[in-house]
Amino acid sequence: MKSIVTIFRKELKSYFASPIAFIILFVFLIISGIFFFLYLESFAQSQFDSRLQFVEEVISLNEFVIRPFFGTISVVLLLLIPLITMRLIADERKSFTSELLFTSPIRITSIIIGKYLSSLLLFALMIILSAVYMLVLIKYGNPDLGPIFSGYLGLFLMGGSFLAVGLFASSLTENQMIAAVVSFGILLVFWIMGATSNAGDSIFGYLSMINHFESFAKGVIEVKDIIYYLSFIFLGLFLAYIMLDSERWK
Amino acid sequence: MISVSGVTKSYGKLIAIDNISFQVEKGEILGFLGPNGAGKTTTMRIITGYTPPTEGEVRIGGFDVVEDPIEAKKQIGYLPENPPLYNEMTVGGYLDFVADLKDVPGKIKWERISYVMDKCGIADVKNRLIGNLSKGYRQRIGIAQALVNDPAVLILDEPTIGLDPKQIIEIRELIKSLAGGRTIILSTHMLSEVNMMCTRVVIIHRGKIALEESLDRIAEDLHGSKILLLKISRSDSYVKERILCLPHVSDVSEISHGEFRITSEGSHDIGDLIAKTVVEYGWGLLELRPFTQSLEEIFLKVISAEGE
Repeated sequence: MKSIVTIFRKELKSYFASPIAFIILFVFLIISGIFFFLYLESFAQSQFDSRLQFVEEVISLNEFVIRPFFGTISVVLLLLIPLITMRLIADERKSFTSELLFTSPIRITSIIIGKYLSSLLLFALMIILSAVYMLVLIKYGNPDLGPIFSGYLGLFLMGGSFLAVGLFASSLTENQMIAAVVSFGILLVFWIMGATSNAGDSIFGYLSMINHFESFAKGVIEVKDIIYYLSFIFLGLFLAYIMLDSERWK
Repeated sequence: MISVSGVTKSYGKLIAIDNISFQVEKGEILGFLGPNGAGKTTTMRIITGYTPPTEGEVRIGGFDVVEDPIEAKKQIGYLPENPPLYNEMTVGGYLDFVADLKDVPGKIKWERISYVMDKCGIADVKNRLIGNLSKGYRQRIGIAQALVNDPAVLILDEPTIGLDPKQIIEIRELIKSLAGGRTIILSTHMLSEVNMMCTRVVIIHRGKIALEESLDRIAEDLHGSKILLLKISRSDSYVKERILCLPHVSDVSEISHGEFRITSEGSHDIGDLIAKTVVEYGWGLLELRPFTQSLEEIFLKVISAEGE
């Protein structure tokens, strides 16, 4: 347990020792801010659109701003998270510090969990800061709070599984670029699986990351979705463990 | 303290080290020699538990490095060939991290850290980033890192590489001063270093142990004008016996065909007598000279003999 904390603190420090964490935070907030503004603007204009006044459906903040906002954020995360995780293990190899870690009296599991948790904290910071936009909506409008909370929960779980995939990709190589490209590739495949199968009933539909996120964005928290993301996280970390353990046996 | 028994490591078909066994007792400084690619680093990585052996076992103070890695690793301080440093950390922050990693109790942690910083001469750069420091400092931080948990076993892979002569002397002094209660394995290219610091030497070549000898014995040979090397062209199985029968000869060993190493009793000069005997029996004298063998000669000999 203590060794997890040691690794966690070290990783966190090195995120913020270099400008990388700040740049990722900055870019993420700018991009999500732009999209938030665009969605809000089109929502505001729709209020004055005469063609929409006879539409039966409710034109709400949730439907027109929050749901597309979550959808966009998840795509932005798909691009940014490989950049957060790429250095985690690849860099230890490159700078020969893996020899220090693996000859220290700690378990591989602690190394992986410590590193994972530090990237999870950075990610949590990203989405917590992005909640500023939601606060704007709550202050000046009256959105339904339920879907906001469930959406953030879904975002957290989905980002968590992105990070686990990224950590696994980083365990494959000593080159950060390769790690980033591989994790981006894996994430993209799981992402588009849902698009190719039009129903959630098929196996691809079930495996797709976006399908599971959609119910969270709608305000529905289902156990099967939570289990999906948790098992995704577990699988990613487990594969990273297998990689690190087996590499030494080669 | 360290026992390596029957260790083999193969990468696919390539056998990096082949059935190596040796022991290192408490307080010994073992010099680990060998040409590049002989398997020194692989052996050290196996001892430290970085890579498990394909066959055989390694015990550190009774703990098997594969079965009981945590306990075994707690006793080891390891300086790899490339010091494992984080460039974005300060020297103090780095040692703090390593101390936590090696489970140094919080109460004595900073005491230990400032002790190793003094000992390794890096206290003056405590607050600087490791990435901005010179090779000499980086090497010394590497040693400090290995020492921070006060390990019983110290494994140093080429600790003086890339240092200037003054720093080399300082590091040697440092390593010598660390001996005493500790067990040290030191790998190096520099034979003089082994002569100065080690109590025993293991020469490894092509994954096998080519020589294991205490340095006292090698030194004895060095100073002894009482050891002679005899080379003859016509050798038979009686030569050894006949020389051994001569007065004041205590030991004869055949190094290779027609090459003998003759040890005299005390400081008696036996050269004349041997020359006479050789001529008498018509063995065909090629060479008779004092056998002054430096470590360098031994090293080259062992390696070229194996290479044939």
